[in-house]
Amino acid sequence: MSVLSLFTWFEHSWIGEGIRESRWLFPAIESVHLLGLAVIGGSVLTVNLSLLGLGLGRRSAAQLWHDTRPWFAGSLAMMLGSGFLLFMSEAVKLYYHRAFWVKMSALLLSLVFTATVQRPTALADPDRVTLLRSRAVGLVSLLLWFLVGAAGRWIGFS
Amino acid sequence: MSPLEVCRWLESTSGSIALHESIWVYPIVESVHVLTLSVFLGLTVMVDLRLLGASLSSTPVSQVTRRLLPWMLAGFAVMVVSGALLFYAAPVRTYFNIFFRMKMTFLVMAGFNVVVFHFTTSRTMPQWDLDLRPPIRARLAAGVSLALWAAIAVCGRMIAYNWFDRAPAGLAR
Repeated sequence: MSVLSLFTWFEHSWIGEGIRESRWLFPAIESVHLLGLAVIGGSVLTVNLSLLGLGLGRRSAAQLWHDTRPWFAGSLAMMLGSGFLLFMSEAVKLYYHRAFWVKMSALLLSLVFTATVQRPTALADPDRVTLLRSRAVGLVSLLLWFLVGAAGRWIGFS
Repeated sequence: MSPLEVCRWLESTSGSIALHESIWVYPIVESVHVLTLSVFLGLTVMVDLRLLGASLSSTPVSQVTRRLLPWMLAGFAVMVVSGALLFYAAPVRTYFNIFFRMKMTFLVMAGFNVVVFHFTTSRTMPQWDLDLRPPIRARLAAGVSLALWAAIAVCGRMIAYNWFDRAPAGLAR
């Protein structure tokens, strides 16, 4: 089964059809997606500001990582769920849309970076992490998430 | 001069027309507005969650508010400027838009909530600064703030839909 035929199947599923035919479902799901953006933005920014030595400061990174995890995970689930519904309603259009693939690639990179680089840096003893490394990790994480958001917004302009 | 006349006049200015007809500037301003939401509203949510006792509980409330405030204010400034430009691109249509009116009403209410919190509840902050779960008045202010800002964001998203427009649709994206 090719990717295009899979996407076509999604678009013609009853969920995809239902969202397309409804006048208010798409905006309602978009709103959920937007509220998820606020929460995930807050949790990502709080940790990254501290890695940059700004906001609540470098020394609180590990604590902030723990404190924000439930909110990060919850809002990520909210984003993925609502995003998948939006995707189903226009999957074939998205297949041909470069911004969609940029967003999905950036999202994958962001999540891998969060788990493999940001997490150990945030949780490490601050005395054993150089400020340069900490700042670089915070900056790269912010840039990757920005790319996800910017490409996501760009999907709407077409 | 009535508000509507002001909007008509704004719409006739060359800046408004240029913004309305621009291919790149309008989408960029709109993107800035939406993405800055994750900064301003994101940090507002974190502060409110601290006041609710739902997150950042091991950090004193005063520290959370003081250290995050500059970033919230910077984000808010970007929101106001980009939002004003979006309004300026289609003043008459936006003026008649029901979601825009609801959004502005909720904004005033959110501002009122901040003022009340600032001049009453936050005065006693030294007494509950370290509390894992701040007093009911603080939690109430945070809950009201979260509800109002969620409504503001949703109304903002809905402005783009011209379901109930009385004026002819201008920019609808």
